[in-house]
Amino acid sequence: MNRRRTGRTAVVVVLLAAGALLVTGALRGTLTYYRTPGEVLRDPDAARDRVRLGGEVVPGSLRRDGDLVVFRLAEGGQAITVEQRGGPPGTFREGEGAVVEGTLSADGTFRADHVVVRHGNEYRPSTAPVEPVDAR
Amino acid sequence: MLGELGTSSLTVGLLCATLTALLWLRVALFGAPTRPARLATAATLAAAVVACGVLEAALLRHDFSVRFVAENGGRRVPLYYTVTSLWSALDGSLLLWLLVLGGYAVLLAGRRYPARLHAYAMAVVSAVTVFFFALSCFAANPFRAVDPVPADGPGPNPLLQQHPAMGVHPPLLYAGYIGLVVPFAFALAARPAGREGGGWLRVARPWALAAWAALTAGIGLGAWWSYAVLGWGGYWAWDPVENASLLPWLTATAFLHTAPGRGARRAGWNLVLACASFVLVLLGTFLTRSGAVASVHAFTDSPLGPMLLGFVLLAVVASTVLTGWRAPEPAGRTPSPVLSRDTAVLVNGVLLVTIAAVVLIGTIFPLLSGPLGGVRTSVGPDYYQRTAVPLAIVVLLAMGVTPALRVRDRGAALRRLAVPAGVALATVAVVGLLSRPGLPALTAFGTAAFVLTGLAGELPDRLRRPARGRLAGLVAHAGIALVAVGVAGSSAYGRDAERTVRAGESLRVGDVSVRLVGVDRRGDGGAMAVHARLRLSGAGGAERTVTPALRYHPARDTAVTVPVIETGLLRDTYVTLIAVSPDDGSATLRLAVNPLVGLLWAGGALTAVGGLGSAIGAARPRRRAGTPGEEARPASVGVHAGAAG
Repeated sequence: MNRRRTGRTAVVVVLLAAGALLVTGALRGTLTYYRTPGEVLRDPDAARDRVRLGGEVVPGSLRRDGDLVVFRLAEGGQAITVEQRGGPPGTFREGEGAVVEGTLSADGTFRADHVVVRHGNEYRPSTAPVEPVDAR
Repeated sequence: MLGELGTSSLTVGLLCATLTALLWLRVALFGAPTRPARLATAATLAAAVVACGVLEAALLRHDFSVRFVAENGGRRVPLYYTVTSLWSALDGSLLLWLLVLGGYAVLLAGRRYPARLHAYAMAVVSAVTVFFFALSCFAANPFRAVDPVPADGPGPNPLLQQHPAMGVHPPLLYAGYIGLVVPFAFALAARPAGREGGGWLRVARPWALAAWAALTAGIGLGAWWSYAVLGWGGYWAWDPVENASLLPWLTATAFLHTAPGRGARRAGWNLVLACASFVLVLLGTFLTRSGAVASVHAFTDSPLGPMLLGFVLLAVVASTVLTGWRAPEPAGRTPSPVLSRDTAVLVNGVLLVTIAAVVLIGTIFPLLSGPLGGVRTSVGPDYYQRTAVPLAIVVLLAMGVTPALRVRDRGAALRRLAVPAGVALATVAVVGLLSRPGLPALTAFGTAAFVLTGLAGELPDRLRRPARGRLAGLVAHAGIALVAVGVAGSSAYGRDAERTVRAGESLRVGDVSVRLVGVDRRGDGGAMAVHARLRLSGAGGAERTVTPALRYHPARDTAVTVPVIETGLLRDTYVTLIAVSPDDGSATLRLAVNPLVGLLWAGGALTAVGGLGSAIGAARPRRRAGTPGEEARPASVGVHAGAAG
């Protein structure tokens, strides 16, 4: 009986270790960090990898240039120019909060390939930015 | 007036529920007569019925002095969506929760079970009811008065006014979630009930099966809703709310499969699974109702968070204490051989729990990484594709192997597996040569072929001897395999394109194309809508006009997309209008071709029907043991063969 229990414990330990390895490995490759414009400006290298940038779309900064949409995203007084290929969702508006996903390019503009909009007041929790599915 | 009536019904409900819990405890401890306890249970249900009825009446009469109606009602909302408004926001949905919980309590009270086990289980269910009545009374009372009374309300969230599934998806999901309280209650009651407790698995099983079937249907309908309404072309986004529904489903599935026949064998494992399923329901409720995680489905911030979290912890502690750390091992059992059905079922249970753990970690990681690690993060679908998907394929494979292992002889088992394995390899070869779906999808196709062939081989046997639930189990498993084909096919062969086109220009995906004819703006009920007139060709049938739309609801300051889905036999054509230029000269469109999506809905429906059939089979009063033939075996083994094989 005792040996049986030791064997079982060993199986459980091995399974747990394998599970932990699986989870950490997958998290390492797929985790996306949220950054504010201020953080990206202070430490541009941190945004060379794919990040999510959150802030408010600066009123008056939105312009369309063919298929390209350019706007400024600001938070805490610091702003970054964002270029987004393809139209942002119809739910995207100046003065509203938005989260874009992409990378910082060498010239200091943020190239986004994915815009997620915070809209309405209903689905906005206090801390984390919201990603409405309809914006995907 | 209605508001006061509603508030009093909640207060009465809270008192009744408390009384019910005490009365059932009295039955359990002192063997008191059950009649008062049954009456109190019925009274609790009556209070919930009144509360729901009052809120529904207030919604229908547009009584905006009631807070919930002022926040979620609207004079322009169609009748159907006014009725469904009850569960379109947090406070009202809690009333539906209470109604379902009260209903389960009355059904459970009316059944005949060993007296003490029954009474303890009822006490647990009643205690849960007390908590939810308290939640409704103190933290989320929908009946509070509004002053001044508004003339009109904004209506429910526009996303919840677009699809008829809104009427069935939440109630079914709730029936599934809350149904898991019964196995949980029996698991907690097993120890205190002493010798009677040994039978808890057998009595909990029909309830678990019924709840599982409802949960399956609810999840399937939720995916369908997400596909048909949200306009992003997918059906599962690994969103926290979706994950919250998947977690108890996974553990409940594991519970159903290890539970019967071997109750004495893995007593601890079964107790853990039964408790974990309901604790995960509560945890999911906490995650999605407290505003703790960001999700499109999530309700807004509310003071419920701390109360719910407290109750989750209480449930964990209660489970741990009442079920004990370790159930005693029965002596003198015969170990089963390593390569047996028993082992395969156990392995699958462990895998299902592992998937649940992996999904749980992904869901709560963003919640913990902020406060603990100081960085805000998000866990994307890639995480789940790397972890949960491969595990799910292994589960599918084990599901196909399991029935063949029923025979003790290893050679015979392998022979039974030969044909399905051959078909699986042939499928992989043919599909792999004809297209390049990628390794995960190819594996999924092969595995699904393996499972389906194996099940087809079982069919004659199960039709000939239609033992209880055996056919239903086969149907459920076939449904799962079809869902796997649908998921793999739609993710491997799905194609989409997104572009801004001017009038007269086309957007093309494969042989399907849409040409923008024009853009119309019109007011439409309480919303302003922009329609893109498109000529769709190549999607089967004649060239025709389709009009996806963007609707802006001023009352909620929200814009929603209304996609057009042309369903074909093998594939769907999915067109979404994403944006329109201010001069109406161009529109940003998304065109997607989604193959095999229909299999998802069909497979989901089959699985739910199979679950329901198993539940009915398991609930049917058993014939006397000792009749010749199959009945000589413990009946639950036969049931289990159906559900697990």
